Amino acid sequence: MTAPKTMKETERIQGPIGAGRGPHGMGFVGQKSMDFGPSAKRLIRRLGPEVPKVLAIIVAALASVSLSATGPRVLGRATDIIFAGAIGSTLPAGMTKAEAITDARSSGHGRIADLLSGVDLVPGQGIDFDALATVLLVVLALYIGSALLGFLQGYLLNDVVQHTVLRMRDEVETKLNRVPLRYFDGQPRGELLSRVTNDMDNVAQTLQQTMSQVLTSLLTIAFILGMMFSISWSLALIALITIPAGMAIAATVMKHSRTRFIDQWRRTGALNSQIEETFTGHALMKVYGHQVEAEQVFEEENERLYEAGFGAQFFSGLIMPIMMFIGNLNYVVIAVLGGLRVSSGTMTLGEVQAFIQYSRQFTQPVTQVASMVNLLQSGVASAERVFELLDAEEEETDRDHARIVEVPHGRVALESVSFRYEEDRPLIEDLSLIVEPGQTVAIVGPTGAGKTTLVNLIMRFYELDQGRITLDGVDIAQMQRRDLRSRIGMVLQDTWLFQGTIRDNIAYGMLDAQEDQILEAARATLVDRFVHSLPDGYDTIVDDEGANISAGEKQLITIARAFLANPALLILDEATSSVDTRTELLVQHAMAALRTERTSFVIAHRLSTIRNADVILVMEDGRIVEQGNHDQLIAAAGAYADLYQAQFSGPRVPLPSVYPALATPDT
Amino acid sequence: MLIRLLRHHLAPYRQWIWVVITLQLVGTVASLYLPSLNADIIDNGVVRGDTGYILRIGTRMLGVSVVQIACTITAVYFGARAAMAVGRDVRARLFHTVASFSSREVDRFGAPSLITRNTNDVQQVQMLVLMTFTMMIAAPIMMVGGVLMALREDIGLSWLVAVAVPVLATTIGFIVSRMIPGFRSMQKRLDTVNKVLREQIIGIRVIRAFVREPFEAERFGAANTDLTDVSITVGRWMAAIFPVIMLVLNVSSVAVLWFGAGRIDAGAMQIGALTAFLSYLVQILMAVMMSTFMLVMWPRASVSADRIGEVLDTVTSVVVPTDGVTTAGGTGRLELHSVGFTYAGAAAPVLSDVAFTARPGTTTAIIGSTGAGKSTLLNLVPRLFDATEGSVQVDGVDVREYDAETLWSKIGLVPQKAYLFTGTVASNLRYGRPDATDAEIWAALEIAQAADFVREMPRGIDSPIAQGGTNVSGGQRQRLAIARALIRRPQLYLFDDSFSALDVATDARLRRALAPVTRNATVVIVAQRVFTVTDADQIVVLEDGHVAGLGTHDELLHSCPTYAEIVESQLKADVS
Repeated sequence: MTAPKTMKETERIQGPIGAGRGPHGMGFVGQKSMDFGPSAKRLIRRLGPEVPKVLAIIVAALASVSLSATGPRVLGRATDIIFAGAIGSTLPAGMTKAEAITDARSSGHGRIADLLSGVDLVPGQGIDFDALATVLLVVLALYIGSALLGFLQGYLLNDVVQHTVLRMRDEVETKLNRVPLRYFDGQPRGELLSRVTNDMDNVAQTLQQTMSQVLTSLLTIAFILGMMFSISWSLALIALITIPAGMAIAATVMKHSRTRFIDQWRRTGALNSQIEETFTGHALMKVYGHQVEAEQVFEEENERLYEAGFGAQFFSGLIMPIMMFIGNLNYVVIAVLGGLRVSSGTMTLGEVQAFIQYSRQFTQPVTQVASMVNLLQSGVASAERVFELLDAEEEETDRDHARIVEVPHGRVALESVSFRYEEDRPLIEDLSLIVEPGQTVAIVGPTGAGKTTLVNLIMRFYELDQGRITLDGVDIAQMQRRDLRSRIGMVLQDTWLFQGTIRDNIAYGMLDAQEDQILEAARATLVDRFVHSLPDGYDTIVDDEGANISAGEKQLITIARAFLANPALLILDEATSSVDTRTELLVQHAMAALRTERTSFVIAHRLSTIRNADVILVMEDGRIVEQGNHDQLIAAAGAYADLYQAQFSGPRVPLPSVYPALATPDT
Repeated sequence: MLIRLLRHHLAPYRQWIWVVITLQLVGTVASLYLPSLNADIIDNGVVRGDTGYILRIGTRMLGVSVVQIACTITAVYFGARAAMAVGRDVRARLFHTVASFSSREVDRFGAPSLITRNTNDVQQVQMLVLMTFTMMIAAPIMMVGGVLMALREDIGLSWLVAVAVPVLATTIGFIVSRMIPGFRSMQKRLDTVNKVLREQIIGIRVIRAFVREPFEAERFGAANTDLTDVSITVGRWMAAIFPVIMLVLNVSSVAVLWFGAGRIDAGAMQIGALTAFLSYLVQILMAVMMSTFMLVMWPRASVSADRIGEVLDTVTSVVVPTDGVTTAGGTGRLELHSVGFTYAGAAAPVLSDVAFTARPGTTTAIIGSTGAGKSTLLNLVPRLFDATEGSVQVDGVDVREYDAETLWSKIGLVPQKAYLFTGTVASNLRYGRPDATDAEIWAALEIAQAADFVREMPRGIDSPIAQGGTNVSGGQRQRLAIARALIRRPQLYLFDDSFSALDVATDARLRRALAPVTRNATVVIVAQRVFTVTDADQIVVLEDGHVAGLGTHDELLHSCPTYAEIVESQLKADVS
């Protein structure tokens, strides 16, 4: 059996709002990484288009690291020259090295004799400055070369990573516009949002932070190991024992700190959502007298976060001192053993010096690689979630030989249409309907009756399960979606404005609209009226959450947008639900002008809105239960008449006997 | 502000901070002692070939290392404690300040902004404190100590320190100062990219309906390219920083060896001292590097501290009297005496000279166009705002004289935006009254016309509700919010356009069911639909903050043209 390639990730906890930009990259969301290997490979493969640059990067990194790794070795030779000079000058001139050694040994200084035998000296001569200058110039050249190549490598890698991220973001956006609407319905909006924002950011960060460091760190480790072994086998082996031992300790600490970090983010999440909830429901908290309770809950959560945060910070703070200690330990061992060997003449002082430098430089990249592992795992998990989106099934592409309705008249026919969002929950079953050109069709019925679904099917937001819908006799499934949709103007219940000026938001209906066309649409839909009370007029910036205009005013802007689009078919889904009735009446007059000649579908709760429709459809449970104009339906005294009557008297409801229990007590 | 904030909140942890400083001092001295010991090994051990000396000093080095790690770890312990405690305390102070705010202050900042200030901004400050305690305190000690030790080894080479330190500090400072504005605009552009994506996901239907996919792709492409451009610039500076630091360090080492060799040759310096000097210089430069990076954190934390300070310095406009009226009971009689309300700094009043009385056992409806001041009027009663003129009285007492709890216990408010809390259906209803029994909850749900859909939920009243109530429909949310008010059994009901998301039949059923429950209570309903108000005992017609009419439906139809217009617009919609 082969070892499992998958790396199971423990639960990931969502970081605080807006986090995930810090060095710890904690913006990822709860999800398990199923396949570390394949996703990581796939992420690497995305660098594909930049192969020449990637090769240049690898060459530059190799060169830079090898130059800088040679530095201490050569610098050690400089120390040797100085040492030789320093010792040499203490010996009488004219003596040979051999004589000096014999001399030392005979006078009982066996140790010094050993030392001298390992030093390349000329008795009586001081430091050889020419040789020193040559060596130092070489070192200088090595370091400058290494720095330049290192910069080149970082520079190129940055370009590669940024372009890779750019392409990936573009792909994500393109994908969003290609997946069917069902994909959006199938998951909470926040989930998808976090995939395209948090996860994408996390991938970008991981690539930026790890690629360069992992590459240079791994190379540095390899080169330094080589250098250490080339200087002294035995010392290198000692270093190789202490360092992994230290690494094992550090890894244990890191594992602890990771679980504590997870705990910290869980607590942060809990506290943040409590804060969010309290502040958003601030008025309720006050009026329902829950301030004290909310403060108590906060205190508890805050205290828990404090404890969790302390644990995380303490454990992660341990890593640096521990690594420093290991470094120091190494330093001591090498200083002692190296010292012993220099005095025994089997090693030069410069070599010990170089070895100390190498062993100090060794711990740093090792720590770095170890700390990158977490970041890499979270980055790959995020990448996987982005890939999941990129792999999502796309909308069936439009047929090449799509049918085109040249000049639409607006005759819409639904022929035994069936549709359900979920396999086992029927929504619209065997529905047939014919709408003649220019007719206004109103759809009424309780929530969940399928009113919005019906118009969505006409827009071809969803594909039918059975039956067909035709526009002027052409099956809409055979038309290009863009062709179909560009002939329909739709105003939705949920108003949507993008961040931009009011002018831009109206112009969304017709991208090449002239100023006077925009103004005309704005006047017709009464947008003009409230725009004048805004300080910046049409240049006022609005967005989806914008509090500077009311819900009703937002609706008016979206109506103006549809008005400007001047479509052949009009769909109004609760388009004026937030507009006060007097304004609505005025808008209706404008809309009426727009609706003549056009087939329109109107969904409304307010029956006054639809009284004058040519056909009123009463829907219940996905079926049309009544159909006719206002007078006919009133005369029929059915469901519609009941609804209409309710406006004046309210239907009769039996009162359950439990009610008096809740009545305000007599006082 | 940052300094003020820190001084205030660090004060309780003064002892811990002293412990941290002392330990860091000892730890740093220990790590500075190591190169000096190494020099000793070389000069007195290696050069003289004294093996025993080498081992003796080696053991001492080991001991010093142990002291060093013990000090640092303890310092990290107390540093982390203090930093997290400061974070906790600032967070708590902010939370309590905001909790004391009236709706006016909350509106002024905006809830999302207050949330960010209470979470992210505090985190920034906390991070600064943490970094300071665990690393920053060590840096200046290391710098001063390093310089002292280096001087002790050899004064003649000290000029090298004087050159290398400013060179490193200015180069890093230069690069970082180039990067900071880049980082800032990177963050902004990243927000833009995410905003566009967010808008695309939320507006997907509109985009598809208007076939604006190409337009959106262009909009996104532009934002994405902008982001990439600035990321590349910042990334290039970032690519430069490490090679530059290494270069300065290495060139300094080469210089030490060259000039040191001269001094050794002249007999002014020992070879061991040269090695030690080299180590100290590296330590000093590392400390300089750390301090420079730390300075970068300061402006960010400072901005956050200012944002925190803004909240902390804000005083609530609604002050609850300490010895307020605590008479509970009463009948919920509501009187408004020439009430006016003007936002601070606004030219025109939102409400002016509004007067009416809502009596127990009757229903008062308030109707008017959007922006007429209906919601503001209602919010004056539970003191979410305070009237700027006139007086609002409940049971004959001005609301400003009440003890807060007493006033609120009389009121059942259903706000315009039905907001539910994370939990279950039951926990949301018990928000209205903690000791409500299951039977009472079901009764309230029945009246609010919510019992049917709650029964259909998998776990009845124990079914989960997501934050804000996003897992139920708008109409269901409204009905649950109504049930939450009903269960309080208040004397005064305030419905702020609470029936708008209900279809007419449900609306009618609900109000009929409501009648017996509110028999003895005062009911005030803000409404858009005429149909909701026709059978009210009294209708207040608001127009631009004034009372344009007061009376019953029939009276107003004749006496109030504004009302007649509203009725006309709804009942006789003539589209032709």
